[in-house]
Amino acid sequence: MDYAAILSILEGAIRLATPLLFACLAGLFSERAGVFDIGLEGKMLAAAFASATLAAVSGSAWVGLAAGVGASLVLAAVHGVASITFRGNQLIAGVAINFLAAGLTVLVAQDVFALGGRTPALTGAARFQSIALPFAETAATIPVVGPFYARVISGHALLVYVAALAVPATWWILFRTRFGLRLRAVGENPAAVDTAGVSVTGLRFAAVMICGFLCGLAGVYLATALGAGFVKDMSGGRGFIALAALIFAKWRPWPAMGATMLFGFLQAVATRYPRLDLGVVVVPSQFIDALPYILTVVILAGFVGKAIPPRAGGIPYVKER
Amino acid sequence: MTLMQSLLGAAATVALTAGAALAEPGLVIDMGGKFDKSFNEAAWRGAERWKAETGGSYRDIEMQQEAQREQFVRRMVDAGSNPIVVLGFQNMATLEKVAPDYPDTRFALIDGVVDLPNVRSIIFAEHEGSYLVGLLAAMASKSGTVGFVGGMDVPLIRKFGCGYAQGVLAANPNAKIIANFTGTTPAAWADPVKGGEIARSQIDQGADVVYAAAGATGIGVLQAAADAGVYSIGVDSNQNHLHPGSVLTSMLKRVDNATYEVFKAGPAVETGIVVMDLAAGGVGWALDENNAALITDAMKAKVAEAEAAIIAGTLKVHDYMSDDSCPAITF
Repeated sequence: MDYAAILSILEGAIRLATPLLFACLAGLFSERAGVFDIGLEGKMLAAAFASATLAAVSGSAWVGLAAGVGASLVLAAVHGVASITFRGNQLIAGVAINFLAAGLTVLVAQDVFALGGRTPALTGAARFQSIALPFAETAATIPVVGPFYARVISGHALLVYVAALAVPATWWILFRTRFGLRLRAVGENPAAVDTAGVSVTGLRFAAVMICGFLCGLAGVYLATALGAGFVKDMSGGRGFIALAALIFAKWRPWPAMGATMLFGFLQAVATRYPRLDLGVVVVPSQFIDALPYILTVVILAGFVGKAIPPRAGGIPYVKER
Repeated sequence: MTLMQSLLGAAATVALTAGAALAEPGLVIDMGGKFDKSFNEAAWRGAERWKAETGGSYRDIEMQQEAQREQFVRRMVDAGSNPIVVLGFQNMATLEKVAPDYPDTRFALIDGVVDLPNVRSIIFAEHEGSYLVGLLAAMASKSGTVGFVGGMDVPLIRKFGCGYAQGVLAANPNAKIIANFTGTTPAAWADPVKGGEIARSQIDQGADVVYAAAGATGIGVLQAAADAGVYSIGVDSNQNHLHPGSVLTSMLKRVDNATYEVFKAGPAVETGIVVMDLAAGGVGWALDENNAALITDAMKAKVAEAEAAIIAGTLKVHDYMSDDSCPAITF
């Protein structure tokens, strides 16, 4: 394997990790506030559909971005109303959102475009094109570091850089602001937060809406940057891999970046080497595709450290009467 | 009593023939969707052509899940459709189970062989068509490296890849061929994001012509090739118009003709095995105004020569499915 191949795999890893990272951070906000969300997949899919549709109609990726985030926020609000206001089962609400998104997107797409549940292919300004960072051309001549900067760091769509910046932002919000402290507290011991006179419902809603916003970005990236349009079930289980990454990262922002990058890297390797020859054994790509889930099971089983979810996660808060 | 019986019998015969005359043909579309711009869409176009020419009507139904295969074919029969065109090799098992239950209905299976008296099995010589586009790919490639992106990893798709590899090596014996498959489940027919990522990885490895034989996944492959400014080759339907100037050509598999012929023959369609090869016009390559500038006269001459040799039988393209191996490439 030469240096160019490594660069190509890393470049692919970043592209593939970006939707996972957005979704993982989305889940992080929601679950840290005590609301489990397995509807990441559905929100991502709805956002991908809405962004592709509006981008195709308007010809502008930014209109698509707004539509995608909007669609995801609507579903997040549904999740909030079901699981916070009405104290329903959070897992069931999440499953419902996944099914709703899977069916509704195809139905509406077929009705609007009559292309078999697909949107037209996006071209030009309707897509987020890759942007070259400053000096990428000139830096490419510097040995080793230059090509790395020019190929791996530079030349991605805008949303990739937004995802990278979302990690320190999440860390700062959660661990350095009053809002973050309260948000974490509401996931551990909502009664204490309530006693302190802070609204549990309000905090959890805020967390769920942030989750919707980030899921929206994941979907928009899928449909308007990585792909060029919406196709049926295009999220392809990425919402679930993001959940696995969240457990792998033990609900912390920086490890979330590490976990999603690892999973993205594994996907890029599986894409490039359908049969990875390690000399002793030949690893089929199916095994590498399954690795994120295997690693998560290993972590959950407690072999590598211990993954402890927020203590009040999954339990609707009932005020004492 | 006997008079009564024969009267009733006659009435029944009249009713039956009337039913047969009214029977609408049916089309059972495989997973990947009707508008995959490729395999399924070709069949749909054939059906639409029949509809436009005869003014008749037909029923169609789209498989959404594995579990629906048998149920959907039965529903089609129950609705009175005859003959019924069933798309996709994965429906071989479906027809083996369903067809014996309805001896009066004729089925036409595309891409598979079912040995039953009421089934017409239509198979295509995809390796011959793929050989021709392989020749074009090798002649258009500047880097000497070409790619192949298959959909689901099954013998039928390896047949495409094997014919393609033979064509590439015939035009350039030193060429390097990178072959990938999208997956091992039917979801691999509809994952353009993964298809695009595979194509990008092949382009990074030097490929400057990528052939997609992957249903709707191929849309992502063609898009990635257009984004990177290299050539791609479409499959089944003519996909040249998707990215004019980037799609070098398309390997045509005339599923539309096969469907049209079955619909036209009606309930009396002949059963047995029908081989749609190059000589029968079942496969070929697409040349239209979208790619006319990409195909030089030398390329045309070379392909025409190979076409003549294949039809004359002097050039044999190895069929992967005949012995599950390929002399030109290891998958």
